[in-house]
Amino acid sequence: MGQQSSSHASTAGHHHPKYLAHHFESMAQQNASGKLGMWLFLGQEVLFFSGLFLAYVLGRIFYPETFLAAHELLDWKLGALNTIFLLTSSLTMALAVRGAQVNSKPQMFYNILATLFLGGAFMVVKYIEYSHKFHDGLLPGHFFDAAKAMHNGAPANIPGAPAIFFAIYFVMTGTHGLHVLIGMGLMIWLLVRINRGDFNSENHVYLENVGLYWHIVDLIWIFLFPLLYLVR
Amino acid sequence: MESNRNNMTQSAHAGTAGGAEPNYINAHKGIWSWMTTVDHKRLGLMYLVGVLGFFAVGGIFALLVRTQLLGPTNGWNTGKQEWLFSGDTYNKLFTLHGAVMVFLVIIPSIPASLGNFFLPLMLGAKDVAFPKLNLMSFYVYILGGTFLLISIATGAVDTGWTFYTPYSTTTSTSVISAVTGVFILGFSSILTGVNFIVTIHKMRAPGLTWVRLPLFVWAQYATSLIQVLATPVLAITLMLLAIERTMGIGIFDPKLGGDPVLFQHFFWFYSHPAVYIMILPAFGVISEIITVNSRKQIFGYKAIAMSSVAIAVIGFLVWGHHMFTSGQSELASAVFSVLTFAVAIPTAIKVFSWVATMYGGSIRLNSAMWYALAFLFLFTIGGLTGLFLGTLSVDIHLHDTYFVVAHFHYVMMGGTMTAFVGALHHWWPKMTGRMLNEFWGKVSCFFVFTGFNITFFSQFLLGTKGMPRRYATYLPEFQTWHQLSTLGSYLLGLGFSITLVYMIASLIKGEKASRNPWGGRSLEWETDSPPIEHNFHVQPVVKHGPYEFPEIDHSMSTGGGH
Amino acid sequence: MNLGFALGQMMAQASNTASWWKPMQASAHAGAVDSLFNFIMYLCFFFFVLIVGAMVYFVVKYRRKGDGPERTSPIKGNHRLEIIWSVIPTILLVVIFAWGFKDWLAIAVVPNNAMEVRVTGQKWNWTFTYPKEGIVSSDLVVPAGQPVKLVMTSSDVLHSFYIPDYRIKRDVVPGRYTVLWFEPSEPSTHRIYCTEYCGTSHSQMLSSVKVLDSAKYEEWIANGGEEGGASAVPLADKGKKLYEARGCVACHSVDGSPKVGPSWKGAFGTNRKFADGSSLSADENYIRQSILVPGAKVVAGYANVMPSYQGQLNDKQIESIIEYIKSLK
Repeated sequence: MGQQSSSHASTAGHHHPKYLAHHFESMAQQNASGKLGMWLFLGQEVLFFSGLFLAYVLGRIFYPETFLAAHELLDWKLGALNTIFLLTSSLTMALAVRGAQVNSKPQMFYNILATLFLGGAFMVVKYIEYSHKFHDGLLPGHFFDAAKAMHNGAPANIPGAPAIFFAIYFVMTGTHGLHVLIGMGLMIWLLVRINRGDFNSENHVYLENVGLYWHIVDLIWIFLFPLLYLVR
Repeated sequence: MESNRNNMTQSAHAGTAGGAEPNYINAHKGIWSWMTTVDHKRLGLMYLVGVLGFFAVGGIFALLVRTQLLGPTNGWNTGKQEWLFSGDTYNKLFTLHGAVMVFLVIIPSIPASLGNFFLPLMLGAKDVAFPKLNLMSFYVYILGGTFLLISIATGAVDTGWTFYTPYSTTTSTSVISAVTGVFILGFSSILTGVNFIVTIHKMRAPGLTWVRLPLFVWAQYATSLIQVLATPVLAITLMLLAIERTMGIGIFDPKLGGDPVLFQHFFWFYSHPAVYIMILPAFGVISEIITVNSRKQIFGYKAIAMSSVAIAVIGFLVWGHHMFTSGQSELASAVFSVLTFAVAIPTAIKVFSWVATMYGGSIRLNSAMWYALAFLFLFTIGGLTGLFLGTLSVDIHLHDTYFVVAHFHYVMMGGTMTAFVGALHHWWPKMTGRMLNEFWGKVSCFFVFTGFNITFFSQFLLGTKGMPRRYATYLPEFQTWHQLSTLGSYLLGLGFSITLVYMIASLIKGEKASRNPWGGRSLEWETDSPPIEHNFHVQPVVKHGPYEFPEIDHSMSTGGGH
Repeated sequence: MNLGFALGQMMAQASNTASWWKPMQASAHAGAVDSLFNFIMYLCFFFFVLIVGAMVYFVVKYRRKGDGPERTSPIKGNHRLEIIWSVIPTILLVVIFAWGFKDWLAIAVVPNNAMEVRVTGQKWNWTFTYPKEGIVSSDLVVPAGQPVKLVMTSSDVLHSFYIPDYRIKRDVVPGRYTVLWFEPSEPSTHRIYCTEYCGTSHSQMLSSVKVLDSAKYEEWIANGGEEGGASAVPLADKGKKLYEARGCVACHSVDGSPKVGPSWKGAFGTNRKFADGSSLSADENYIRQSILVPGAKVVAGYANVMPSYQGQLNDKQIESIIEYIKSLK
């Protein structure tokens, strides 16, 4: 905190750790607060995505054949590859948190770096997928181009409302992708701080919180993948 | 004042206001020190200024709306012109009134301003758990407000504050910037909620157990839960609405294969719990004002605390009562009606308990207490008229008429805003170090109370008679009541203007306030007025409940008989 | 408010005329709804007096006298009392719910012998179509004593169909059909409102229900939706009625002032400049096209917002409107 006051706080006289903010009494209190706050934030994230999942469910109830036919146009192999990337990145993230607990700076640093790269790989695959869809005219809403899609090998006539399927696909994966990008930004910040030696077994709540966030992003993908790519 | 003596026992440091240590206002100087502050008290004050500013804006819109309805009416299909505003202008005015009042005033009113200021003080903490996040949510609030103002500058919105599709996806007005504003404001609300929940869980002073928490804290806790869990659903709804408008994705617009009623489900899943975001903090305020001014324990502490939580939980399950006429299934409507009645019970318990608290007390009628009594009167009417609207067959008649408008205003304005203004009177000495003028406080309360009842009681009659809401023009048979209602709204405006004047006067030349002018027992009264930057000279240790006043005579019978 | 007066009115159970604060009861359902309304009202009145009365009494009785500290009661709660004031309201609420549910089921279930009328909501007018007879009307004309089922949809945004005198209301949703029914008791006229906000002229989206006795209704049907002796009325007068009834009034003035659309006053025969730069003299063909395909030629300075009346106005009606515009010099 930038505003450490000269006033006599009750902490005067007892041990005051370097990373303890002025308004907390102990590192335990500070860490527990940070973690509770993050869990609440994640609860909020889950509800944010639940709206999208509900839109998906209703779309699927209204247009079951569309969803069945249109999902064929998504490449499940690329989706599966991305699932592997994210699952692995969750593992490296967990290892990084473990590194903090055992005070190992290299274990923290390289695992976060690996997570960052896996996140990047996920986004690259996403980019490939998106550019295919753009090229084939498989776009949401008004931008859906049936003629172009057919020209590029889509089945003669997708029944129902393919524009809605691709709208849901792009909104869901787009929102998720945005979360991945934010997570990658947070990891770059973590790398700087790890390098500076900010984290150790006593103070690593930031690292843990980014980890929790990353696991939720991963978890949402675990739901998105079968719902969008593996419709039966 | 009589109660200073029992506070001194807690604090070895017998500092008085204006002592050696600077308070939070003058500890740092300059505009920059305010813009970068992470002090919850300064942020609370900044929110307060923002909320009051927007309250004035929303109030002016309201007076314009009422003025339009004063004038000559549109006859039965005569094609006569409106006397003041065109239909389009009127539609924008009521939309802006609603959007500003709901999203920029009532939702942040008590939680963001008074909650920020008093929650850490009541908990005996130095600050909220995440002070920087707190600063960020303030700027998010300002940013959201700015987007709403941009939408006003670029032609305003005419969708109503509910943004119902497909109107909102097809109208040519600036929906996107308004929706973006509300989306952003939602995140301010979420971050504040997260901050408060963690603060209440982790930052309580030694000895401050859950059953010793002031009821204001309990109310804030329940409110924050709703903020965190409901607001993201609004965010995603508005995001989908904006994408629908720009890309035509077909989620809500039936022309593109979507479902307009789905939007209503999404919207009310947030917006019904949101009315509890608006009213629960007011309940907390009333519990504080009535106990402190009756010098008595609250009647049924646990019932009041738990009913806040019960309202928060059941409040999530009643959104469908906004849709009895929308075409949802009969079964759904019946279930939502039952749940709506279920939420009435904890609310009734609270009202009964507040009245019972005054029994056997020693009631001080200061202006805060006047406002609290006005709250009880108005909220009772607001709550009881909710019964008409929760009843399936009667709601079919009253739905979307002025009856709903009147009910909503009795609860939100007669309830929340009255409590908010009452709370300002109660805590003003602590926040500013100055006393308010009691005489003018009561005068303004009288005007607000009288004006309010004239304005909105006539609207119950209009609604029962079948006057639909959101009408720029109306039939001659409704004119008398409309004119009466408009007259009342001017009185109401006058009442609030008086409040503004004596509040400013108090800042300039108000009598200096002592630490504890009302003799409160919760922790905020144990520090200076205004508080020092880090709240307490010495970490407070709590040894008693929040309402154990020295006047309470334990030798009197505690038996149940009356 | 003068509650004594209100109570007196309620006791009288005014039925066939509108009271000063309630619409008239034009069906059996309306009477049922009002009974429950009154029951809730009495309950509210009782609890309001109880709560506010106790509040005022306590304030007077326990008001602080003098400045010195006084003794106050140590009561913290009373379980018996708390249980009483939780259980009694619960029972009352169950009664209210059950009563409301019963009446509401009656309005939700359409009788088998109901005659069907199709309703279309459109910015900003209502159209009533009689499927068997092929009649299109701007007023809802129904025979007395016969249940009427309305099958409603919207061609643009949400609307809501509301007849206060019958205490019925239902949203009219684009892309789906909603149903409403009522049984008018005797010949009379009642107002229809739109109660779901729908834009500029929401407050002028008005119409009426005309309940005729069965003989007059048969005559109306036989005349193809015109009331008896209609042929004697000059076309321009019929056009004026259509102007008022079909929502033209919401956007077009007849006094020369511009509203959402151009005024009709003196419009006939003038040279119109269009948004695409072309121009044309406003003759019969132009007006007819503007009614049926409004987007084809939009007068410069106005938005292309008018809905098409294709299928909603027949040729005779369009002729009447043209004659009416001609008459506005």
